Amino acid sequence: MGMTIAEKILAAKSGRKTVAPGDVVTVDVDTVILFDNNFMPNNWRDILKVADPEKIVVTFDHRVPAPTQQAAAAQVTGRAFVKKFGIRRFHDVGHNQGISHQLVADYGYALPGSVLLCSDSHTCSAGVFNCLARGVGGPDIIYAAIKGQTWFRCGETVRYELSGKLSPAVTAKDAFLQIAGVHGAHATMNVEYGGPGLADLSVNARKTMAAMSAELSAEFATFEADDRLAEWMRARNPAPFQPVKPDPDAQYLAVRAVDLSGLEPLVALPDSVVNNSRPVGEAAGTRIDQAYIGSCANGTQDDIELAASVVKGRRVAPGVRFIVTPASQVVYRDVVASGAVQTLLEAGAMIAPPTCGACGGGHMGVLGPEEVCITSSTRNFKGRMGDPSAQVWMASPATVAASALTGTITDPREFLGN
Amino acid sequence: MNFKARVWIVGDNINTDLILPNKAFYLTHEEQAQFVFHANRPGWAQQVRKGDILIGGRNFGMGSSRAAARSLKNLGLACLVAESLNGLFLRNCVNFAFPALECPGVHAAFSEGEEAEVDFEAARVRNVSRGSELAGRPLPGPLMALVRAGGVYQLLEREGLIAPRVA
Ligand code: SF4
Repeated sequence: MGMTIAEKILAAKSGRKTVAPGDVVTVDVDTVILFDNNFMPNNWRDILKVADPEKIVVTFDHRVPAPTQQAAAAQVTGRAFVKKFGIRRFHDVGHNQGISHQLVADYGYALPGSVLLCSDSHTCSAGVFNCLARGVGGPDIIYAAIKGQTWFRCGETVRYELSGKLSPAVTAKDAFLQIAGVHGAHATMNVEYGGPGLADLSVNARKTMAAMSAELSAEFATFEADDRLAEWMRARNPAPFQPVKPDPDAQYLAVRAVDLSGLEPLVALPDSVVNNSRPVGEAAGTRIDQAYIGSCANGTQDDIELAASVVKGRRVAPGVRFIVTPASQVVYRDVVASGAVQTLLEAGAMIAPPTCGACGGGHMGVLGPEEVCITSSTRNFKGRMGDPSAQVWMASPATVAASALTGTITDPREFLGN
Repeated sequence: MNFKARVWIVGDNINTDLILPNKAFYLTHEEQAQFVFHANRPGWAQQVRKGDILIGGRNFGMGSSRAAARSLKNLGLACLVAESLNGLFLRNCVNFAFPALECPGVHAAFSEGEEAEVDFEAARVRNVSRGSELAGRPLPGPLMALVRAGGVYQLLEREGLIAPRVA
């Protein structure tokens, strides 16, 4: 019987001929990423041995630069860990720092066909590179760093067959909100993205969809590989790789067509990402206090340049805080070089350093009581970005930027044409 | 692992931000437990008695990888029975050896305050108050073994791979 991409990688990495839904398998792990939260005093357990330091990546991203003594203490512990085991892929505060999932893209850490783990739930972001990546628990990470293995339960796979091309003011975020709005949670299932529509989606755009798939509660979100992906990888990582294609007779729980040409800008209403999407027009006029662009899902060069093209020559509405966070130092340098940062600064945006920051309600943009925010980040749960009484609306970077200009939720087509 | 106690009931899609809010991020494990459902059910954590059983709806534990299961355990809950469990949350239940069972139909089978009897390994859930019984989905063998071992840290500690916890 044919296998989906996820099933094929699970089989290859567990040394089995086939893997089918329901199987629990032990697999070899190619890459284990640790980040600052793992080293927090109330999470960390002192590791005495690691399987292979070359398979480990360490970054500080959730609370960077350290906003509290506890965060600083976690970084001290992390640096000691890196030193003790001679870990070379270390992204300390400085030149190479970034949000872990963005670093995976910047440095080509997730080769097609590989298995990658990190204890951040949006680790499925790396699935854009045709690999198996998922967020696991902190103890799973310590276990995998020590033993070089982990376990997975294989779920059934739903395939999204993308076709067509997005119109100018419509983004991959909108495509995701369309899927999440119509099909809701995919708990226990794998999601596979493919089809002719990939051709016109940049790797960054695909990465938005892969990262957001955490909100579907999917086990794995995996993209098919194409030439554009292979090019991206070869420019960043000299290691050889073999893309994994689904078998022609792979068994899917469902195959669903998504026509990218037919989509419009959407927003997710506060408190839930799934089953909660509406056309932006239905929310138009909602007053906002803060507009946020950033996170592992929407802090790429594409996102920041799109926001800049919306606000170019205009000013952020009085009373609105417009916060933009490049997802890594690599992205930050790219958007400085392209002029996007200058445009955003002139419009009145504040540019924060690469950090999870406001996305996780940690620092640099935390919301107060009753405040209203529109965000392009990953999650809008109650209390996620600050006070539980705050409202968090979710939309594309274009919609967030347009809303920052007017002070109310606004259709970006007003500024970008259609 | 058998448990018999009164039940508390919550709905579908309970997320990890509700179980372990950011507010409690820097606190000790014991203090964190007092913040469970702080946003949606303020004061609830203080009413839980040791050994109580929690009943949930679909996709319980959706959201982040934070150690939300650890908070439920430290709150004194004996176990969780839900319509379905989020995959990442299930991992943390196993990691921290908090017994969590999937049992379709359980949400409608109980009213809050009724008494449940749960045989975790056999995946059987009885409503003692009504005399009805439901069959859940047993945890796969290797995962049950991890729960019996006391979770990942106890296992690694016994094998001398992580240092014992200080304080
Ligand atoms: S940006 Fe947000 S979703 Fe992404 S890793 Fe950071 S906290 Fe998680």
